[in-house]
Amino acid sequence: MAVIKLDSGYNIGVEADCCTFVAHAAPATPRSVPVNQDPSLPELAIISTGGTIASRIDYRTGAVTSQFDADDILIAIPALAGIARYRTKQLYTILSENMTPSIWQELARAVYAEIQRGVTGIIVTHGTDTMAYSAAALSFMIDTPVPIVFVGSQRSADRPSSDNAVNAVCAASAARSDLGEVAIVMHATTSDDSCAIHRGTRVRKMHTSRRDAFQSIGLDPIGTVDYSTRKVTLGAHAVRRKTHEPALHEALDERCGLVQFYPGMPPEILSAYEGYKGLVLSGTGLGHVSTALIPRIRALIDGGTLVVMTSQCLHGRVCDRVYDTGRDLLAAGVIEGNDMIPEAALVKMMWVLGNEQDKKRAARLMKTDLKGECIGRSAHGC
Amino acid sequence: MAVKNAELTAGIEIHQQLDTREKLFCRCPTTLRETAEHTGEFHRYLRATESEMGTIDRAAQEEMKRDRLFTYYPYDTTCLVENDEEPPAPLNDEALCVCLTIAKMFSMTAVPQVHTMRKLVIDGSNTSGFQRTALVAMNGTLPNGGLIETICLEEEAAQRVKDDVFSLDRLGIPLVEITTSPCMHTPEEVQEVAEYIGMVLRSTGCVKRGIGTIRQDVNISIPAGARVEIKGVQELDLIAEVVRREVRRQEALIAIRDELKGRGATVDPAAIQDVTPLFSGTKSAILKRAKKCLGITLPGFAGLVGREIQPDRRLGSEMSDYAKKCGVGGIFHTDELPAYGVTAEEVAALRTQLNAKKTDCIIIVAGASEKQATCAANQVILRARLALSDHPVPEETRKMLETGSTAYMRPLPGAARMYPETDVLPVCITTSRWEAIPVPELLTVKAEQFVQDYVIERPYALQLAASDKLPLFQRAVTEGIKPKLAAFTVLSTATELRRDGVEIKMISDEDYLAVWHAVEKGRAAKEAIPALLRNIASGCPVGQAIEQLAPVVSHEELESIIQKIIDERKEFVQTKKMAALGPLMGVVMAEVRGSVDGKVVSGILKQQILLATQGK
Repeated sequence: MAVIKLDSGYNIGVEADCCTFVAHAAPATPRSVPVNQDPSLPELAIISTGGTIASRIDYRTGAVTSQFDADDILIAIPALAGIARYRTKQLYTILSENMTPSIWQELARAVYAEIQRGVTGIIVTHGTDTMAYSAAALSFMIDTPVPIVFVGSQRSADRPSSDNAVNAVCAASAARSDLGEVAIVMHATTSDDSCAIHRGTRVRKMHTSRRDAFQSIGLDPIGTVDYSTRKVTLGAHAVRRKTHEPALHEALDERCGLVQFYPGMPPEILSAYEGYKGLVLSGTGLGHVSTALIPRIRALIDGGTLVVMTSQCLHGRVCDRVYDTGRDLLAAGVIEGNDMIPEAALVKMMWVLGNEQDKKRAARLMKTDLKGECIGRSAHGC
Repeated sequence: MAVKNAELTAGIEIHQQLDTREKLFCRCPTTLRETAEHTGEFHRYLRATESEMGTIDRAAQEEMKRDRLFTYYPYDTTCLVENDEEPPAPLNDEALCVCLTIAKMFSMTAVPQVHTMRKLVIDGSNTSGFQRTALVAMNGTLPNGGLIETICLEEEAAQRVKDDVFSLDRLGIPLVEITTSPCMHTPEEVQEVAEYIGMVLRSTGCVKRGIGTIRQDVNISIPAGARVEIKGVQELDLIAEVVRREVRRQEALIAIRDELKGRGATVDPAAIQDVTPLFSGTKSAILKRAKKCLGITLPGFAGLVGREIQPDRRLGSEMSDYAKKCGVGGIFHTDELPAYGVTAEEVAALRTQLNAKKTDCIIIVAGASEKQATCAANQVILRARLALSDHPVPEETRKMLETGSTAYMRPLPGAARMYPETDVLPVCITTSRWEAIPVPELLTVKAEQFVQDYVIERPYALQLAASDKLPLFQRAVTEGIKPKLAAFTVLSTATELRRDGVEIKMISDEDYLAVWHAVEKGRAAKEAIPALLRNIASGCPVGQAIEQLAPVVSHEELESIIQKIIDERKEFVQTKKMAALGPLMGVVMAEVRGSVDGKVVSGILKQQILLATQGK
């Protein structure tokens, strides 16, 4: 079917052979809207990976437009101009499901370069699907004295109700705040009134479509941003600006996997992970898989694979000392993954194995809190 | 005012809610709720976005003049789709079916593939900031020879509770939008066409009924005027009046322009001046409260800003509507001052400060901030310029006020407000699907049949054909009830009782039938029907309600009751003679308490009066 745009603005589909070629449409003229950046404001870097913060869809080709500079962002979200001045870098324009560990590394290098350049904070625009993985990856790879804020939108920028403007304004506010760690800043509720600041290693996308899809797991958000006043309130547990000296440890070992156990799962599935350096299991309850899987797991460990147990409950701590199966897993050499979110445990494993060759020390690191991914005590209500 | 045929061109858009089981893009019921039942609330901003062609719609831009935080009320019958928190479900096929039926009834041509579009609407009435709409068919015909240009299937907007608060129960109910060509030339014709289209829509039996379920927008233009769209005309009776008043408004604006030109009037943006200190001690609450008051001198405008262009509407009202887009409550102009707490001395001081002549009109805007006041002042300048321009009637979307006059809403939207709804897949209308769509009989045809079959009057027949009580009527007739009795009860008696506040919804079809059978058997009088229905509606079982009527009165008993009543009023009967019939009817009917038909009573009463008077 060919699509016709009528004078009224409506589109209709007709058989392509009803149409006659008349002429090619004139190319769209690029807009030139002057944008003024206030030199007295602190400088933030915006690194884009393909998030929808300022993207435009070209409806004729279906492609997302590649022009992406400070002007584009400020045209799309004029309120940003009152918060900071911006330098921008477009690293990628990809859907976040197409992210890879090597892109995390490239992103880490780009962010680190901005830290060294002395910007007040960094905003990373990112698709929401795998934003939590990337935020966790940067948490481990970079020691940062300044805020590194991931932001995206759940409703695309081409709709008047998009959450992009509120999220971007809150992200920029957080990026010039007293924060000193990697965070995700997105809507706190379904309303356009405030955003939550989530720790990069403790956050998860918990809803397919809601604006407040991102939730901190096992702890309260590390801060909030009030949209109308731009006021940033940090929790006592948030890492403050300049707590850490800048450092980049970009090595990752990608030969790691994450497997969710389900009742009746055939043990053969685990054979696919032979030769892997690490495997995170997302087990049931306190951290269990069926007894039938244990011989294969033992074989993997004996073959040199580091195996860490997490829980598909997401909330709570793994404890393999309560039931027989758990004890058998511990006897086979499985490491309890504390209260880590499975995805954060996977990313951490890649980073640990990329930076630590010694198996025993790597195993100990997996149990140790490095960037807030493990919480020592389980508080009420979280 | 008489409106000549050649002067006016008008077209209409009819919006009719469909009575489908589910909403257009989600699986929620199409049930309206009481606002008090809402289960929470949330708050959102809306921003104008570019169309796929890279432009921002002028109507949308107008709504962006101030940041508005909208409040929405969800219910346990609404879901994340209404909250704009979930992508839309596929287009409701039941609604598409009804839409295709209507299209076929107007002999339209269905589009081969239906594309759902987003129509930018950022006044808050849609949580997404757009209304989903799809063009389904084109090129239909009207009995007056006019054309129906298009029929679109759209989602209904959220209902405004007040100001920037909206209720989500109505959002997403399917509605059809039928647009005629500008084929009408008199106010009466516009009304007739609207009535005809409404009748066709009701003929499907698949449209919602009641106030607010059908709305008419009227497009009007006259030579040297402009196309103006008037939204939300809910009562058909008002359409002709609205058209008449709009013609008058356009003519008045053209006349004002000519007079302004003749006077050499001008509009200068530099004429905006800060007059805040002038009103520091004013008695006008609005000016006193304002953080910033600006005065705008309009040279040569004196007397014309205050001239009436429609009942209760002046050029000043138009300027005020424009200014309100910035969030101010309105404007003051010197044509109406001193008034509203502004004194003659203050007006004189204002004229002196602004160096204004007698022939100049000064507009005062009062804002809660400098930004707001400046925005409003610029809007006044904009509207004043339009009044003086070659096109003194701006192309506008206007809303109907209660009496039939109109107020400015926003500029007419252009094609830039439409862009594709990428979350909804196109739907093909195959030839076989189109051919399989049934075409229902028109209500007018059905009504004609009733006139012939049941010997009831034509207006009643038409009402009956459109009534949701039609199945009850047909059942009654097959059960041997007189058609007139049944028709009168459901169309007239029930309506009167409803207007009286009686809960006629409580009366079941079985109740009606029991009442009618009692009347046919002579157990109850026709006159007792309203009382019976009242009783039933307030919870009395139908059998009991009939039992409570006075016991059956035999013919002989009735004769002796009447004889007694006449005997007691001998003098009265002798003086009044047959004129005593009316008053005595009431006395007899009260005595027999609805258990005898009034006709029977009147027959006997007449005889007895005759006997009594002749006897003398």
